[in-house]
Amino acid sequence: MPDPILQISDLHVATAGKEILRGLNLTIRAGEVHAIMGPNASGKSTLAYVLAGREGYQATAGTIRYEGKDLLIMPPEARAREGLFLAFQYPIEIPGMTTLQFLKAALNTIRKHRGLEELDAIDFLALVKERAQLLDVDVDFLNRPVNAGFSGGEKKRNEILQMTFLDPKLAILDETDSGLDIDALKIVAGGVNALRRPDRAMLLITHYQRLLKFVVPDYIHILLNGRIVQSGGKELALTVEERGYGWLEGPDTRISEEKAAP
Amino acid sequence: MKDIGPVADLYRTELSRFEREIAGTTPAWMQQLRQAAGTRFADLGFPTTHHEEWRHTDVTPIVKTPFLTAKRGPDIAKAELEPMASWVGAGHLLAFVNGRFSPSLSLLKRLPEGVIAGSLEDSCVVSSGLLEAHLGQQAQYDDHVFVALNTAFLKEGAFIYLPPKMVIEEPILVVFASCANGEATVSHPRVLIVAGSSSRATVIESYVGLKDDLYFTNAVTEVVLGEEAVFDHHLLQQESRAAYHIGTLAVHQGRNSTFTSHSLAIGSTFDRSEVHALLAGEGGSCTLRGVYAATGRQHVDIHTRIEHAKPSCTSRQLYRGILDKQATGVFNGRIVVRADAHKTDARQTNNNLLLSEDAVIHTAPQLEIFADDVKCTHGATVGQLDRDVLFYLRSRGIDLEDARRLMTHAFGSELIRLIAQDRIRNRFTELLSRWASPSHSESLPA
Repeated sequence: MPDPILQISDLHVATAGKEILRGLNLTIRAGEVHAIMGPNASGKSTLAYVLAGREGYQATAGTIRYEGKDLLIMPPEARAREGLFLAFQYPIEIPGMTTLQFLKAALNTIRKHRGLEELDAIDFLALVKERAQLLDVDVDFLNRPVNAGFSGGEKKRNEILQMTFLDPKLAILDETDSGLDIDALKIVAGGVNALRRPDRAMLLITHYQRLLKFVVPDYIHILLNGRIVQSGGKELALTVEERGYGWLEGPDTRISEEKAAP
Repeated sequence: MKDIGPVADLYRTELSRFEREIAGTTPAWMQQLRQAAGTRFADLGFPTTHHEEWRHTDVTPIVKTPFLTAKRGPDIAKAELEPMASWVGAGHLLAFVNGRFSPSLSLLKRLPEGVIAGSLEDSCVVSSGLLEAHLGQQAQYDDHVFVALNTAFLKEGAFIYLPPKMVIEEPILVVFASCANGEATVSHPRVLIVAGSSSRATVIESYVGLKDDLYFTNAVTEVVLGEEAVFDHHLLQQESRAAYHIGTLAVHQGRNSTFTSHSLAIGSTFDRSEVHALLAGEGGSCTLRGVYAATGRQHVDIHTRIEHAKPSCTSRQLYRGILDKQATGVFNGRIVVRADAHKTDARQTNNNLLLSEDAVIHTAPQLEIFADDVKCTHGATVGQLDRDVLFYLRSRGIDLEDARRLMTHAFGSELIRLIAQDRIRNRFTELLSRWASPSHSESLPA
């Protein structure tokens, strides 16, 4: 069995003074694709943010080991350089910076960290064209400011495009399927599938099983009220589709009205 | 305020000496203009922070420093000016050192018949009538002591003239380089641009310090646009970090003329830049876009005044300020709509980015509207770097310092990317990028 890339043990995370994750355990090994499913407010995005290192998400107990190292003490940029990538649920707009400039800055930073030479303008453009084609992204759109005025589908494709550039060891896709029509979903899923590799792990975070039809995971975990309450194979997605999340709610995992609100 | 102290005495002494030196070398009308301006200078005196227009900008350091009139420029080598001029490529170059025209540093290519681009002094011989008709007409010295002071020393400068219908594609770069050589000196650069009806041209005014010198540049530029003329103006302020810069750009626009100005102010320890545009004919359009960036103890003050005198004119002002460390900034944008200037469409926006706790910006729109049926809007913002964007960049491996630098640059770039000509846009971009790099507080402008 390959070594774990990610090992989360008894993780408790609070944001805005409220505990959201309440003892989460998860181990992901190289080559595996895991999916975390759960209803609104179960803690899915909190997990994504704490993994990427966003401010305001406090780990109050537990540990996260990334390739054996303590992830929680690493600043966000160090995590990215070590190969952790988060595809944002709500990609951020950057007025005044084109997607090309953004990609180039990120790619060269990461290449430098990995001891590779920075790409010159010609090689970089060639790479951009190749990757953009894969995701059916118009090269013109790369000359527009990052995500500014992009449609939901364009933003999500832009996230996957960045992922193909940064060559991550662990890719976390937060609700990448939300806001996509079926054609865009297929393109995005195709891009994700093309990135599956024995030395790379993925964590798909999703509310619905829609994406999981196209990117079939090895394991599925159900997150409820800050804990994983059920783990299984890909067939678990179908159970969720049929029965929703209600059947998993014991007295301990019941979601209060307040927490279930969007 | 007539008691303007020993420094004003110094200026008076310098003025008398100047008049003696140049006696009989300039036309009579110019001497009269100088005299009238000199008298006005003495009457006005230097402003204090009690003057409304100078409330946040204290000129005491300028008043207290005995700046001597700059000597004819030390003969600087072409190579020294090269980095400040070669970027413009195939364009025309008018070079000045310490306010004096330098034919050897200039590059005057053959211009189409009727076009003038050269030294104002040389033009006195053949174009005295044109100069007399326009010099001192747009930049009013009556109520502005620094314009009065500049005009009192009027002799040299740049003169650009375009006959009607003349279109010049290549930009004309006017560089005012200063080199004080350890002596606090003052120069009074002057530019006059007269663009005939339906003419088109692009001009860049560039103020650069060659060393980290203490000096004072007191510049005045007058632009007169005929009917339907289209004029692209650019202003680069890269004075030395020890220098004082005061500049006034006065524009007079004829019917249906289009004036666009892009400015970038990154140099000097003190910068007061004013733009006064008069939309004097129907259907004129005036666009001012400026980026000012200051750090350390730099002070930058932008004062604009756009006056809509005739109906159906459009004006747009878009200014962005970036202030780091203990820098202070002032943006004061005035829009005046005269009584019969109906169907005026005027907009003004000022956005500021404060990169430190100690940086300060004073921003104030001033609208004076005397007409009905006008559209006038203004908006000002002051903010810090967006934390979500910072996180997004860091999540892609970019460290905090680089993320800040990229975002700062992006903030200014949004205006700079609107510059029409590639070379000029690239130059502005590069200078802003250099400014935003982590070592900006130590580096000299170059």
